[in-house]
Amino acid sequence: MPCLDIKDGRTVKGVNFVNLTDAGDPVELAALYAQTGADELVFLDITATVEKRKTLADLVRRIAREINIPFTVGGGIGSAADVSLLLNAGADKISVNSSAVKNPDLVNQLAREFGSQCVVVAIDSRHVAGHDVVHTHGGRTPTPLRTQAWAKEVEDRGAGEILLTSMDHDGTKNGFAKTLTAQLTHSLGIPVIASGGAGHQGHFAEIFADDDADAALAASIFHFREVDIRDLKQYLRQQGVVVRL
Amino acid sequence: MTSIVIIDYGMGNLGSIQNMLKKIGQPAVIASEPTVVSQAAKLILPGVGAFDHAMANLAQRGLTEVIQQRVAKGRPLLGICLGMQLLAHRSDEGTLPGLGLVPGQVVKFSVPAPLKIPHMGWNVVQYQANSPLFRGFANWDEARFYFVHSYYYQCHDPGHVAATTWYGTHFASAVQNGLVFGTQFHPEKSHKFGLLLLRNFAQL
Repeated sequence: MPCLDIKDGRTVKGVNFVNLTDAGDPVELAALYAQTGADELVFLDITATVEKRKTLADLVRRIAREINIPFTVGGGIGSAADVSLLLNAGADKISVNSSAVKNPDLVNQLAREFGSQCVVVAIDSRHVAGHDVVHTHGGRTPTPLRTQAWAKEVEDRGAGEILLTSMDHDGTKNGFAKTLTAQLTHSLGIPVIASGGAGHQGHFAEIFADDDADAALAASIFHFREVDIRDLKQYLRQQGVVVRL
Repeated sequence: MTSIVIIDYGMGNLGSIQNMLKKIGQPAVIASEPTVVSQAAKLILPGVGAFDHAMANLAQRGLTEVIQQRVAKGRPLLGICLGMQLLAHRSDEGTLPGLGLVPGQVVKFSVPAPLKIPHMGWNVVQYQANSPLFRGFANWDEARFYFVHSYYYQCHDPGHVAATTWYGTHFASAVQNGLVFGTQFHPEKSHKFGLLLLRNFAQL
């Protein structure tokens, strides 16, 4: 599951694809991922200002027009009105993070109004003094919440999926946070997407072994073509992981 | 006569279906007016949401009879996701009667752990080789489609099951009664498999 960071309607964090006419256009990149076999896509809007975020709905509309696989949109969603706008524009799911920590009832409200199946709660977790602690605002702000307890709480509140990013593993390319991800996957009744730390194909096989994650997400290794999705899925199938080719 | 009409009755985004049809060279219009729907050569009934809400919306727009009339005239219909479930006589999810175009009922999943409800994500579809919806699928080892649902279809006549999928139970993931078709999965979100299925429907 490739993840695209969006700022002011453009893909950021660098993309290294030769066959794109415009490497900053998220729609073109997303179409390429869909074509090469990605199962789902995640778009995270990291635009700073509320004003510019209005362009997100237009972007979602363009993505929905071109992409024939499911996609999730997150970033700065704080109300049912925000969600309604994005779902009507064609998003399949939305993801909330800091806003859910700030106002946990938001999860209940979104699940009630739109159905659990389209509510993803993203959790950024960092290991602090022997505990897994939830962080917000892109992983910068620690909260009093413990990751496992918070994941259970949002499940009870109606979240349909958890997108778990390990801040300790993110960017290291040393592999996913297997222990923490496994804890969540095996204690919750909703799917858990592992994120943070993918460096090569073997890391995906590791996290899918023992069914420790329901899905896995990565950004830069796909953007920089260090891992090709088609090759990855062939490899996973050889390793006995059930994948769509 | 308008070719393919995607019925808009306020139950979800329809743009992706229209765009996938456009990609395969099959222009379709999105319409909610009975006058347009009654002229359709083929109908697509999409839908995301709750059963009763959907049936009420169809009735409110005067579409229920129009759809039934088109089908009676031999025009192909494809129901997608909730749109498929509306083809049944009834659903556990609501109290209103369905369209009754493919005899059956819709029941809620009751799956053993670790399976989760809703059934969400990609899953394998075992199709009937003679179903026109799945023409050309033999080129692939398996057909995988994208699902999001908590209820599933039970056909009264096993002959109406066009495909099955395993999710704790073998359920009907596609149904067919004459030229009335339904898919529980979302072809518009199912990559090459979905495109081929939509092409098959468009070329009926």
